[in-house]
Amino acid sequence: MSTATRSLPRTIGAHAILLTYTAIALFPVILVIMNSFKSRAGIFGAPLTPPTPGTFDLIGYTTVIGQGDFIHYFQNSLVVTVASLFFVLLFGAMAAFALSEYRFRGNTLMGLYLALGIMIPIRLGTVAILQLMVASGLVNTLTALILVYTAQGLPLAVFILSEFMKQVSDDLKNAGRIDGLSEYTIFFRLVLPLVRPSMATVAVFTMIPIWNDLWFPLILAPSEETKTVTLGAQLFLGQFVTNWNAILAALSLAIMPVLILYVIFSRQLIRGITSGAVK
Amino acid sequence: MAAEIRPKRPFRWHIGVFLAPALLVYTAIMILPLAGTLQLSLFRNIEQHQVFVGLQNFRTLFGDPNWSVNFWNALRNNTWFFIIHMLVQNPIGVMLAALLSSPRLRFSAFYRTAIFVPTILSFVIVGFAWKLILSPLWGVAPHLLDLVGLKSLFTPWLGKEEYALTALSLISVWQFVGIPMMLIYAALLSIPEEVIEAAECDGITGMSQFWKIKLPLILPSIGIISILTFVGNFNAFDLIYTAQGALAGPNYSTDILGTFLYRAFFGFQLQVGDPNMGAAIATMMFLIILGGVCVYLFLVQTRLRRYQF
Repeated sequence: MSTATRSLPRTIGAHAILLTYTAIALFPVILVIMNSFKSRAGIFGAPLTPPTPGTFDLIGYTTVIGQGDFIHYFQNSLVVTVASLFFVLLFGAMAAFALSEYRFRGNTLMGLYLALGIMIPIRLGTVAILQLMVASGLVNTLTALILVYTAQGLPLAVFILSEFMKQVSDDLKNAGRIDGLSEYTIFFRLVLPLVRPSMATVAVFTMIPIWNDLWFPLILAPSEETKTVTLGAQLFLGQFVTNWNAILAALSLAIMPVLILYVIFSRQLIRGITSGAVK
Repeated sequence: MAAEIRPKRPFRWHIGVFLAPALLVYTAIMILPLAGTLQLSLFRNIEQHQVFVGLQNFRTLFGDPNWSVNFWNALRNNTWFFIIHMLVQNPIGVMLAALLSSPRLRFSAFYRTAIFVPTILSFVIVGFAWKLILSPLWGVAPHLLDLVGLKSLFTPWLGKEEYALTALSLISVWQFVGIPMMLIYAALLSIPEEVIEAAECDGITGMSQFWKIKLPLILPSIGIISILTFVGNFNAFDLIYTAQGALAGPNYSTDILGTFLYRAFFGFQLQVGDPNMGAAIATMMFLIILGGVCVYLFLVQTRLRRYQF
């Protein structure tokens, strides 16, 4: 690449635009977190300044921790997300292996059938899903959410993972077969460890919509026992409309775990998107 | 491939074992309910029994002014929601990606990470945070406008019928601009050096290089983004619900198909929930999304030339 085409004004222009947009993207998040540490007077008096010793106040956080059952909601979200993620990855990888490794009648058709769910949102089946859950007595259980999210995550997981499994060397698998390994051992011992990086990508893609979903918790599991953190925050925010300290603290508590996970995994996520699997 | 088709081979049970769990869950929780919903839209609950009524529910949906006014309003709003995404989100995404992919740009990893942050946040957070920022009570938005001397432009956007939907669309754009940015960025990175070098030898650089060389090469990605945006928008619910409630106020001006479906299905305040009408609306959404996907698959995708490097 020649450097002659990169002139200084152009570079400065690019940085100016990107910086402006970064500011737009981060401003609301920073504003909310910053003000959650301030007293009521500080929030309204000078919303744009960081908390000073004079305005610093944790009253919002103590209200949230005291009032809402946030730790419990948090546990629910964690159970639902981790369990769905486990099943999506396990079942998705198994199906992707079958589709990419073996030739059998109906292979392509099966792939298309599973890919249908990438384009058609599962939400459209809600009416019948609710009836199904009522009939099987699963309403207001975390199991209902786990089942729905597993079904929701599978199509994309199978699609992405089978792309990656095609790249695993045939020689390796055949060597395993010659050594007398069963197909199951080949899958679990040889192939799965090799596609671990792509599993991480799928995990991130699957996790974000599950953690953030409001629709299914609202419809399938709205009871106090099974509320997820997203639904809990939604109801809490509705209840405390006038208590700005509590609202800002609740928002910050909802933002921070996701933000921390994102900062840890952002490299993985971005590599996943740019690696060409989802082009 | 190891497994060649040979006549008379033992039935390979392991294929079934590998496929079964995924197929079972997917079929039972996704495909059958989807089919069940389509079927329910042809039934009606008469004296505690589901009775087949053909297209009666759709006749109600389009013929009864109580329903049809709301339906067309939701569809119109949803279309506007989609148009704003196409006109604002995708061009901004392409522009950011083009800037990010310029060679030897410093801090590009930082920009990428930061601009993607809103996308990972939940609608509840996004909806509420913006509601606070735009609230005249807090005064952050008027204060910021004052800094650039435009304070007179401020009105409580989310509370005014004529602005609320546009404001919410822009909030949604703010949240999701990271997705087109990332996908286009990936497409731009996959353009081989030789193509760019050949263009430079011919004296095509800078802006004209982007318009004449890169843009045609990333058109397939733009097509994919458009259909993803379409499916996402016509299926949207959460942002409107968190920011404006199920009634999609003020005066239904931000009602989209998702919130309309929720109200029809579950009922709200005085309106009693009706699963069959909900199913009819879900069926209409299904047909709209299916139509969009078909237009993409058969009209757009086949005409876009794919370049293999």
